[in-house]
Amino acid sequence: MKVFIYPTNSLILSDLVERFGHEPLAIMQEVGKKVRRQGLDSPPMNMTPEDPKFGLKYAAVEVPSGVRGRMSLFDPLLSQAEAAIVVTEPVTSFGCMGCARTNELVNFLLRGKKIPMLRLDYPSTEEEAKVFVYKISEFLKSLKPKEEKK
Amino acid sequence: MDTITKMVVINSSKLLPSDVAIKMYETKADVMVKETCFGIIVSGERSVVEPLLSDIRKLDPYGIFIKERGFSPGEPYRCRATRRGGAKPGFHNLENDDKLLPLIAAALKSLDRGEIPVEKKQKKKLDIDKLKEIIKGSEELK
Repeated sequence: MKVFIYPTNSLILSDLVERFGHEPLAIMQEVGKKVRRQGLDSPPMNMTPEDPKFGLKYAAVEVPSGVRGRMSLFDPLLSQAEAAIVVTEPVTSFGCMGCARTNELVNFLLRGKKIPMLRLDYPSTEEEAKVFVYKISEFLKSLKPKEEKK
Repeated sequence: MDTITKMVVINSSKLLPSDVAIKMYETKADVMVKETCFGIIVSGERSVVEPLLSDIRKLDPYGIFIKERGFSPGEPYRCRATRRGGAKPGFHNLENDDKLLPLIAAALKSLDRGEIPVEKKQKKKLDIDKLKEIIKGSEELK
């Protein structure tokens, strides 16, 4: 099953989802598709003026192009998401995660999708980490296993 | 052709990034391997990289963490060598996650032992009306 993770560039969430037999939907795979595309139109991220137009699906034209551009990256992930693991108030929100409004919009859209969702806080002690990993493993076990890629 | 790049973050007392890199070379798989301070970056065909990394993970299941990376190894827009030093974009997030890895490793060990953790009850925040009562009470005492 395809599991959306938030923060979408989290190493821990991406690793745990893969470890427990599901496919993580992370921003890195979308960035990868952009930068590996033939020809560099607009380095380094290869975001072209066309991309904010895809973001119009989610946000009005008055919304900053940064939000719309980011939403064009999130669009394939959100549309494929069959479940979600959300860490509330992540300590860092850098890089692709930098835009607070995009993050709020992504969380809002996830809630509206009515998919199985697990909300957690990042652990700060070993006891909290045990609960964190246990909850994720139980949540992922309750989902159907991922389909094998051909 | 589906090329992917994966980051292997090593947080282990038994393994060094160089050990993992040598293991990768031993397999003679058609992948590009770059040793870094946090682990290794592997790039190649998805059908080659994924089974290879699932084998590599077995070297230390609690010390090896893997995630996908958009940029390929040595990408000039990301690599510090061509950006005149400083933290690479994404470093701070990785640094933050790296601090938590020993806790996650301990949690995975306990999960494999079949332990069921008990969640601690969270302390409730002080109610505003209760705080007002306390302030009033202390004023009356004066």
